[in-house]
Amino acid sequence: MFPKFNLKNYILRHLQVMLFSLGQLWRQPLSSLMTIIVIGIALALPAGLYVLLDNIEDVSDQWDDATQISLFLQQDVFPDQAIELNKQLKKWPQISDTHYQSSSQSLEEFRQLSGLGTLLDSLPTNPIPAVIIIQPDESDLRPDSIGSLLARLEALPEVEQAQLDMEWLQRLRSLNKTAQRGISILGLLLSLSVLLIIGNTIRLAILSRQSEIRVIKLVGGTNAFIRRPFLYTGFWYGLLGGIIGWLTLTFSLSLINGPINELAKLYSSQFTLHWLSALLLVILPMTGLILGVLGAWISVGRHLSKIEPS
Amino acid sequence: MIRFTDVYKLYANRYEALSGLSFHLNDGEMAFLTGHSGAGKSTLLKLIALIERSSHGQVLVNNQNLTRLPKRKIPYYRRQIGIVFQDHNLLHDRTVFDNVALPLIIAGENHREIGRRVRASLDKVGLLGKERNLPIALSGGEQQRVGIARAVVNRPPILLADEPTGNLDPELSRDIMHLFEQFNQVGTTVFIATHDLDLINTLPHRQITLDSGRLAEQGLT
Repeated sequence: MFPKFNLKNYILRHLQVMLFSLGQLWRQPLSSLMTIIVIGIALALPAGLYVLLDNIEDVSDQWDDATQISLFLQQDVFPDQAIELNKQLKKWPQISDTHYQSSSQSLEEFRQLSGLGTLLDSLPTNPIPAVIIIQPDESDLRPDSIGSLLARLEALPEVEQAQLDMEWLQRLRSLNKTAQRGISILGLLLSLSVLLIIGNTIRLAILSRQSEIRVIKLVGGTNAFIRRPFLYTGFWYGLLGGIIGWLTLTFSLSLINGPINELAKLYSSQFTLHWLSALLLVILPMTGLILGVLGAWISVGRHLSKIEPS
Repeated sequence: MIRFTDVYKLYANRYEALSGLSFHLNDGEMAFLTGHSGAGKSTLLKLIALIERSSHGQVLVNNQNLTRLPKRKIPYYRRQIGIVFQDHNLLHDRTVFDNVALPLIIAGENHREIGRRVRASLDKVGLLGKERNLPIALSGGEQQRVGIARAVVNRPPILLADEPTGNLDPELSRDIMHLFEQFNQVGTTVFIATHDLDLINTLPHRQITLDSGRLAEQGLT
């Protein structure tokens, strides 16, 4: 009663159904394309936000390497004393490097950067203190140890003020984390909507082919046989939606890329937007494909059993 | 081959479509099922095709007890029965070839075997050469022949037909009946529901007549 299983026939039949389903999408190009684009956008949106966040994290990581402490010295410290202090600080285990900048060097730098040259010339004395810039040991950048180092430096008699301005970086980090959580939720919701879109599309396809399903059941078609073309329809919607999503994302990021490079140049930063392009070319279609088949499966399961020959 | 024993079929409104029906069809027999509309002809065929199940009593087909056949085995059971419908039930977006090939594709036959058997089947109903046509391009009689070709393509032991000549003129109806007789001659059990008494009274086959869900008369003409 059961036919003998034949692997070659089985694979051949799957290929046939696969192409048949693709052909059916092709026969209604407009409505298929609209569904595919909606799926594409739903997939591209969370992926795009993720790429942007990933880049922001990358930038803030670069700044992390540049964690430094500025040690502003008292006005009455002589340059010799300052150089001596600089030498001693170099020997501290928590400090990997230091750089001394005298008050006149600082003034010169400020003059160049601020463009206030003539105004500065009119000042009777140099108001800018000498600075020792300290590069803490990179192996230990925990807030606690940085904090204690800061306190010890501030306690030195020659030091007016020790400054570590990392709070904004930490705020950016936690903001980033919140945004990431948000994107995860958004991604989940949009995945759900892809599931519903495909489920509904398949439902309509099933309803429009009720009489065909009845005939197939009457000539001995199993549920698996009837389900198969609809699963492949979901497969194609998901896969093509994923590819459209990738194209949308790539296009959008290429639009942003120009201004970002401009911005990076202004900050004389080496930063370039990385797109995760190859990775997303795999992830987006795969996600679409899985959601497509899943959505079709749920929809077929719900609607197929209701159609029986009469 | 087909045996009904004290079969009842009740619908939700307590209407008895069949009540206490018993009859037997031999292996290789050809018989007609007659009776006026509402006598229970369609219900009886639905029980054999397992579109519906009896409320009471036993239906045996090809040595299988349909009362006990689990739902997942129904598709495999139906492959042993060719069914011809009054309104053909063809798929209008597929060619004649694809329509006839459907039972073989479902059964997982290989490509070459499908081509061979579909052509043999179309040859038998006289439609070889129309394989590439869509059903809509064929006449009513030709569409019915496609339906018959599909019903016999996987060589089922039983052939059922529900008013197969309902929409055809007398001459075409006669041709279709002769076609059924040819399949019967090679051993297929044929069971045809019809109200075309003028036609079947000229044919030497048993008539099983239903009246209000019961057996009215039985015998050779």
